[in-house]
Amino acid sequence: MLNFTIRRLLISVPTLVFISLVIFLLLQLAPGDPMAQVPLTVPPEVKQKMREALGLGQPIHIQYWKWLVQFFWVEPLHLFDYMFNTVYSEGMQRVISWQTRSPVMDIVAQRIPQTLWVVGMSYVLGIMIALPLGIISAYKQYSIFDQVGTFISMVGFSVPTFFTGVLLIVVFSVQLQWFPSIYDTTHKVTDFSSLMFQIKQMIMPVSVLALYNAAQIGRFMRASMLDNLNQDYVRTARAKGLPEKVVVLVHVLRNSMIPVITVIALGVPQVFGGAIITEQVFKVNGLGQLLITAIQANDLPMVQTLTFIFAILIVLFNLIADVLYGVLDPRIRYD
Amino acid sequence: MTDTTVQTKALSRNQWWDVWDQFKTHKGAVVGGGFLLFITLAVLFGPYLWTLDPQRLDIRAKDMRPIYTLLWDSGAKVSWGHPFGTDNLGRDTMAKLMAGGQVSMAVGWVAMLLSIVMGTAIGVVAGYFKRFDGLLMRFTDLFLALPLLPLLLVIMMLFRDSLRKSFGPEMGIFILIVIGIGITSWMQTARIVRGDVLALKERDFILAARSIGTSPRHMISRHLLPNVMSPIMVSATLGLANAIITESALSFLGLGFPSDFPTWGKLLFDATDRMELYPERVIWPGICISFTVLSVNYIGDGLRDALDPRIRGR
Amino acid sequence: MTLMKRAIGSALALSMATMATAERGSDGDVKIIYWQAPSTMNPYLSGGTKDVDASALVIEPLGRYDENGAIVPWLVDEIPTVANGGVSADLTSITWKLKSGLKWSDGSAVTSNDVKFSADYCMSPDGGCAQLSRFGGVSSVDIIDDLTVKITFEKPTPFPYGPFVGAETPVLQAAQFANCMGAAAPTCTDANFNPVGTGGFVVTEFRPNDVITLKANEQYRDPAKPAFATMTFKGGGDAAGAGRAVMETGEFDYAWNLQLAPDVIAKMQEGGKGVPIAGFSTLVERLMINLTDPSSELGNERSTRKHPHPFLSNINVRKALSMAIDRELLREIGYGPAGKLTCNVVPAPAAYASPNNGSCLTQDIAGANALLDKAGFAKGSDGVRSKDGVRLSILYQTSTNAVRQDFQALIKQWWSEIGIETELRNIDASVFFGGDAGSPDTFQKLFADLEMYANNFSGTDPQSYLGRWRCDNIPSPDTQWQGENMPRFCDPAYDALHDKLQGTGDLEERAKISIALNDMLMQAYAIIPLVHRGRLSAHANSLGGVNLNVWDSEMWNTADWYRIK
Repeated sequence: MLNFTIRRLLISVPTLVFISLVIFLLLQLAPGDPMAQVPLTVPPEVKQKMREALGLGQPIHIQYWKWLVQFFWVEPLHLFDYMFNTVYSEGMQRVISWQTRSPVMDIVAQRIPQTLWVVGMSYVLGIMIALPLGIISAYKQYSIFDQVGTFISMVGFSVPTFFTGVLLIVVFSVQLQWFPSIYDTTHKVTDFSSLMFQIKQMIMPVSVLALYNAAQIGRFMRASMLDNLNQDYVRTARAKGLPEKVVVLVHVLRNSMIPVITVIALGVPQVFGGAIITEQVFKVNGLGQLLITAIQANDLPMVQTLTFIFAILIVLFNLIADVLYGVLDPRIRYD
Repeated sequence: MTDTTVQTKALSRNQWWDVWDQFKTHKGAVVGGGFLLFITLAVLFGPYLWTLDPQRLDIRAKDMRPIYTLLWDSGAKVSWGHPFGTDNLGRDTMAKLMAGGQVSMAVGWVAMLLSIVMGTAIGVVAGYFKRFDGLLMRFTDLFLALPLLPLLLVIMMLFRDSLRKSFGPEMGIFILIVIGIGITSWMQTARIVRGDVLALKERDFILAARSIGTSPRHMISRHLLPNVMSPIMVSATLGLANAIITESALSFLGLGFPSDFPTWGKLLFDATDRMELYPERVIWPGICISFTVLSVNYIGDGLRDALDPRIRGR
Repeated sequence: MTLMKRAIGSALALSMATMATAERGSDGDVKIIYWQAPSTMNPYLSGGTKDVDASALVIEPLGRYDENGAIVPWLVDEIPTVANGGVSADLTSITWKLKSGLKWSDGSAVTSNDVKFSADYCMSPDGGCAQLSRFGGVSSVDIIDDLTVKITFEKPTPFPYGPFVGAETPVLQAAQFANCMGAAAPTCTDANFNPVGTGGFVVTEFRPNDVITLKANEQYRDPAKPAFATMTFKGGGDAAGAGRAVMETGEFDYAWNLQLAPDVIAKMQEGGKGVPIAGFSTLVERLMINLTDPSSELGNERSTRKHPHPFLSNINVRKALSMAIDRELLREIGYGPAGKLTCNVVPAPAAYASPNNGSCLTQDIAGANALLDKAGFAKGSDGVRSKDGVRLSILYQTSTNAVRQDFQALIKQWWSEIGIETELRNIDASVFFGGDAGSPDTFQKLFADLEMYANNFSGTDPQSYLGRWRCDNIPSPDTQWQGENMPRFCDPAYDALHDKLQGTGDLEERAKISIALNDMLMQAYAIIPLVHRGRLSAHANSLGGVNLNVWDSEMWNTADWYRIK
């Protein structure tokens, strides 16, 4: 397994470089112009000058090479400098956003806290709801619990967040005035009352997203448990006199986890990708909002860097999922 | 599992009758199937009975409330000519729901099937044939990593005009949308199916089948696919909902159907700003989407049970 | 409208009275929400309205437009004119004299060197300055003394108020930006995010595309202002959410640019926490008719002057399109109090608005039908007119926006009533308004029969705006599709008249020529105006001193804002 992991990590490097190239070419090909948001009162020749100042006139391969160097060499150096107070990266050009003319990674670092608070928390919460929900629903198939759970999760999944988000705001912010409709990203948790405020402003976005995540993961959990509950080995285990709890929560669960692990691992990079619509509705301004505004403004360095960070996470978590398959089911071998 | 299939075959009675008998006993599946049949017929043939043009504006009759509003508000602006009310430009909501349903159902089913077929095929091949695994999964990683919006913009830019010319504006856009949604949503299914196949192919019954020289094609269709059916069913249900909603996001971005072309997702989106004033405009498309998805989910449950010989035998 | 203005006026008078006793920072925090989040505080690098508005809180120009569009002194004591000798008699130079005693927020004195530096900063060749056109024709900026600076133009300039008038061209501190000239501009993140200014507020933290926190400027020239100690400037979300936060939940004090349907705004107003306010500049929602053939069979010559449009080149068809439109209904459905009727592409200022085109205000379907009948377009069995095998079938494109899609649906219906078939297309704004020569969907390429969008001119002088419809401004493959003459309108008489405008200094005469130019465009039906759009913002009931200014930045007088107690 260790061999496999190391080999896969090594293969990841060319894979990622290839992915970065494809993303780069895709973004080059995509229609759109960083000047689209400049008012129409600015004449075209001035816009042309502004484009040149952004480095848009350069040949594509040079632009790509510059980004590669900046991302894989200058940015890590800068991080090293920042951590150890050295000056290796001084004078080197970092990846600069076209919208803000400031280093992309600084903005990304600024956005990670609120994304993790809201999207990350909702994902954890979603998983925590989904696993027991799936297990109980499957074990007591067609019970009232299962029926209600099915109803709520399917409605939760099929009603889009742009609607549920606004619905929650109308009910809880406008009518009842319980929670703020706009997330304060500058809020710092220092004591009990500020923690309470943080919880208050997180409740609505977190519940919208958690419902969605729980619905999705819960369905897979339930389906997989159902498949396994009827297998011969379960009958054998029961016949051997193992306690029911052990049979269900150890044997069946362990064998049912493969699709669930797959779905969870696929979801983690999406946590960092942020939840574009929910962030927009509640003004959380996390990584999702950063990506969508960058796409709208055609801020290519920002889009490229963000997407590539997601790509790294995707490759990494899919690898983790593959390793976990082997742990869950030792019969799975990759060598 | 396989022996049951063989036994049923040996009987004169077709095995699908058994499946149907079992399916019929599943209450949820029957109700779900009934609803799905009803809503499909309603959107297909409803426009022949309710002949108002969903794109026809009648500005004098704008902002009509549904007829049932009379129950609690006798002063409401209603008309029997528009039993479900009208929108802010006076288009009939009932006609829009039916026309929108045609589009949403068509997009939802076709895009979902495309994504499921692609995902399953890639997943099974990657899981079963070790030599394709690395390449196919890296390919999956690539697709997972591509930013959706620029990708769709590029697809639109490259193919819109040629498809429009060969299939007409509406069919052309339809093809683009289902392909766009399909090729950006198969990855999850592929990874799930592959994970299950990886585990399955080390199970005893597969090893046994292999030892008697079952061909890979036979192995996949007879032994592997039936055993990964349930996650595929879940993927399909979720995929249907996803496709219907994604379509509305696309038309919002100007990548979808022309703006006066109603779909359930778009009706819901357009009405969100006015949900306090006219709750019916969000409730009805919302119900259409979620009940369709819910009924597909129940049908999936029923099918799963019916296809599982262990349950069927019980 | 006038009522609203009067109300604002009295509120302002009231504010003056209360402010006399107020002291700086006594009113706590004020919260502003912009649904587009600012990316920088340096308007020379971005040019986007959101960025200009955010920067207006901190850095200021020498003169501003007030809420009526008149130029008022800001960092100077008086506006230079020919009469007071500030503008030379030959119209080639303007001399600005700064107020004495002005301080930057770091305590240093504001000098003429800062003004000269700001001009050099923008005119530096590699900087990609977004406001470069405002410095067009400037040959030199010279320091006369510590407080006096003279801007010289290459040729007589009847309107010398391009540089340093209006929020787009504020004065930067030379000391802070000295190392940021030209290509070095993007390396100055700290300066771009936290400029030293003369305005009422200074930045405490700038989070790009998210939120700006500011505090009162201790060095501000009026010791009693600003009344607010701190400010939160939040960005992001959507217009509906911003409106809700001000008018329904009361979490925020000011929401910018609420592009929402009037009934949605009215419902929000019922929340009772805030009120919408409207102001009008020169923004006109219009249809641009493609006078050239957009057919894709033409390849590279698509939408160029080489091929006239098969039927839109016929003025009777264009006229019929305009006659079939009910502008009052469009205004009512789309903009309500934030829209006015107009039949001109130059709707304001009053002196420049043509009185000659009033006939468009009444819808005339019968007249349009008669006109098309007379022009030889006969209705076919499907109700669509055609002539010599040319069907009147139109592809109508615009950017994605709820109100625009409603307009499209309405106009499509009216056109169907005069036998014209319409296919609608909406395009994402970032593609539509972008100039990507590789995309077929930009508004410059106009690969459609007509398109709808809104445009205006900055300030009050329409000269360069009217210059858009000269022959040499037509987008084509030769110019990489850059150019602003979307209808591909080309009339030598128009160009000649515009040349005359450029050489005329007398304001009355300029107005006369501008009206004539406007009328030529209108009577050719190359541009069909739909609605004169206003800016609709909202403020909380408890926020005083708001004076919506659409000629300058909306944030122009935030130093005067206060809390009504």
